[in-house]
Amino acid sequence: MGIDLPLIWAVIILFGIMMYVVMDGFDLGIGILFPFFPAKEDRDVMMNTVAPVWDGNETWLVLGGAGLLAAFPLAYAVILSAFYLPLILMLVGLVFRGVAFEFRFKARAGKRRWWDAAFIGGSVTATFFQGVTLGAFLNGLKVVDGNFAGGPFDWVSPFAIFTGLALVAAYALLGATWLIMKTEGELHDRMRTLSRPLVWAMLGVIGALSVWTPLTHAAIAARWFTLPNLFYFAPVPLLVGGVVWRLLRDLRGSGHASPFVLTLALLFLGYTGLGISLWPNVIPPDISIWQAAGPPQSLGFALVGALMIIPVILMYTAWSYWVFRGKVRHGDGYH
Amino acid sequence: MDSLTLARVQFGFTISFHIIFPALTIGLASYLAVLEALWLRTGRKVYIDLYQFWIKVFSVAFGMGVVSGLVMAYQFGTNWSNFSRFAGGVTGPLLAYEVLTAFFLEAGFLGVMLFGRERVGPGLHFLSTLAVAVGTLVSATWILASNSWMQTPQGHEIIDGRVVPVDWLKVIFNPSFPYRLAHTVVASYIATALMVGGAGAWHLLRGRDNTRVRTMFSMALWMLLAAAPIQALIGDQHGLNTMEHQPAKLAAIEGHWERTPDGEGVPLVLFGWPDMEAEVTRYAIEIPRAGSLLLAHSWDGQIPALKDFAKEDRPNATIVFWTFRAMVGLGLLMIALAFWGLWLRRGRQLFSHRLFLRFALMLSPAGLAAILAGWYTTEIGRQPWVVYGLMRTADAASPQHSASQVGFTLALFVLVYFVVFGAGTAYGLRLIGKGPSSDEGDLPLHGGPGELHQPMRPLSAAHQGLDAEGDLAAPGAK
Repeated sequence: MGIDLPLIWAVIILFGIMMYVVMDGFDLGIGILFPFFPAKEDRDVMMNTVAPVWDGNETWLVLGGAGLLAAFPLAYAVILSAFYLPLILMLVGLVFRGVAFEFRFKARAGKRRWWDAAFIGGSVTATFFQGVTLGAFLNGLKVVDGNFAGGPFDWVSPFAIFTGLALVAAYALLGATWLIMKTEGELHDRMRTLSRPLVWAMLGVIGALSVWTPLTHAAIAARWFTLPNLFYFAPVPLLVGGVVWRLLRDLRGSGHASPFVLTLALLFLGYTGLGISLWPNVIPPDISIWQAAGPPQSLGFALVGALMIIPVILMYTAWSYWVFRGKVRHGDGYH
Repeated sequence: MDSLTLARVQFGFTISFHIIFPALTIGLASYLAVLEALWLRTGRKVYIDLYQFWIKVFSVAFGMGVVSGLVMAYQFGTNWSNFSRFAGGVTGPLLAYEVLTAFFLEAGFLGVMLFGRERVGPGLHFLSTLAVAVGTLVSATWILASNSWMQTPQGHEIIDGRVVPVDWLKVIFNPSFPYRLAHTVVASYIATALMVGGAGAWHLLRGRDNTRVRTMFSMALWMLLAAAPIQALIGDQHGLNTMEHQPAKLAAIEGHWERTPDGEGVPLVLFGWPDMEAEVTRYAIEIPRAGSLLLAHSWDGQIPALKDFAKEDRPNATIVFWTFRAMVGLGLLMIALAFWGLWLRRGRQLFSHRLFLRFALMLSPAGLAAILAGWYTTEIGRQPWVVYGLMRTADAASPQHSASQVGFTLALFVLVYFVVFGAGTAYGLRLIGKGPSSDEGDLPLHGGPGELHQPMRPLSAAHQGLDAEGDLAAPGAK
């Protein structure tokens, strides 16, 4: 058979996770920014910019999990047992954040601050532990006979903690630039001001990770810094520099959508760099996508559906974003 | 407790919470689609008022269903990694199809359904409601295909200690799937009808008698009248299917230990206490030959007995015996409510008979309770297998987690779920308690998405009439 099913599935899952990061990223970012905007009116607007779409955004995370189980059951079993605690803490965060969307508007005024706190805490917790999981994943997992063989706290490391904080910064920038696009007036201006230090934080984070990762992971260093790979991959850091320069310029200017688009580009580049570092392993340091793949009958059956349905999903998701296009205003009823 | 027991408790706990919300969203999504269709056809304002009222309850239930479902999707890997590795080849693609065909559909159109009524036309908005309703049903289809395969597996081979699907049609349309799907979907409709009816009864008992309350109460009772008797028939057929494919489960449900001699017939144990140690059902109250009649549909037919199976292959009869009876008992009460309601309609007493209204109010959570009881029956009855006959539950757990680790996450879930879902239930009940107001269906005067959900939106003075006359409000209706 000429079709490399594990390869196609790896691409689908990578695409799904990227969709998750860019889409849920900005709505998690809104929760991370909440503490800086204590006024109820501002918070209402911030939340309402994502209320119609956040649920669809989060579904990409479920697709990531389901796709992993369908195509790479071994990886699903190993990764989820290895990151038992951080993943469950992430889920708990998502539970609080998800219900806050509904509860916040249904609670009496006195209770609203509790759901605001749940929204903030949930967003920060979920983001932080996603980052921690990513960092620990890069560090590699101890696998013996197809089972995770490490301890329950193997994921704790300075690198993983730093990755967690890095993701909080990244999502915050995504959220801020999303709100630049979706709001107007004073809130818009404050987002613009807030975005600039976030861009610098982001640049620092990317820089630190770019140095730290190859220093501690010889295999990743070899991937990037040998010839001819160095020439192929050189555009990644160069593009990062270019995007950051444009982003800082546009934040001073008057672009409404461009800061968000540029931040997405930045995240996409980081994600690409990550993919380059890991390829073709689904469980670092040494289990490849082909070794972890499920039976071809399972991959093939699920692939038919994925290839037919994902384009349709992208179409109606785009339609739903289009329906809710434009700025979200402070409701007149609030004043 | 060891980590296996804790993992089972954790699974049971998280899914018990989760199952409530999809059941309500399946029923409510279809109910909302019906309401909007009726509004578009007749232009009667009462339907859009009810739509806008129940959509708030729906959104609370949906939100809780999403977040608790997210936990489920990851739990197979965190606590049951051996099961995922063994059976992921079958359950993985089914779950992937559920995400692709159902979750995205629901989530994608939910935004338009909740916030988009003033942004898209009535036709597109109805299509969005329909898409969400269809999504909930498609979701049920895939998840029950997966669960049914675990109950009655077929269409696979075992190669190198892993399940390899060979015939997907056989995997999906496994022997118990049609019964389980029908039973669950009808149960969701019944549970929703009971909740909507109970809400109507509560308002009627408090003297809030208006077109909206009457309409929802009446619709709920018609739904119950249609669905509850059908459910009894489906349940009966499901029972026969269980007898054929999961005989040990059926024997446990019946509390039936030993085969009776030929020609004698099997009695039906109404009540009793199946004692797993002594291998008898104590204090049994029996109807002679009724067991044969009910299950073999003959006077002296045999049914499987628990002693046919080795001790380690028997499910816990003490539990499933009682959960099954709870489900059936509640079902009989529901049928009684439905027919009593039909009787009262003749004398035009449906909205005023206080005893009947109290009965309807009392039964409002009965549908959800019956779903839980039925779910315990079928899942605990499957034990000691996680995939019937193929993999034992004891071999399915993640081997590397200590009891303290699983215990910690269990405690965390208990804490979080009680806070979150306790609050959610309180908000849902408060919404229901306020009842649908006469300006419910009016479009808001100001603001962007999300404002429809804000209780402080200005009350409109128009449309205060409570009667059906003059309540036309559909676009184009006169």
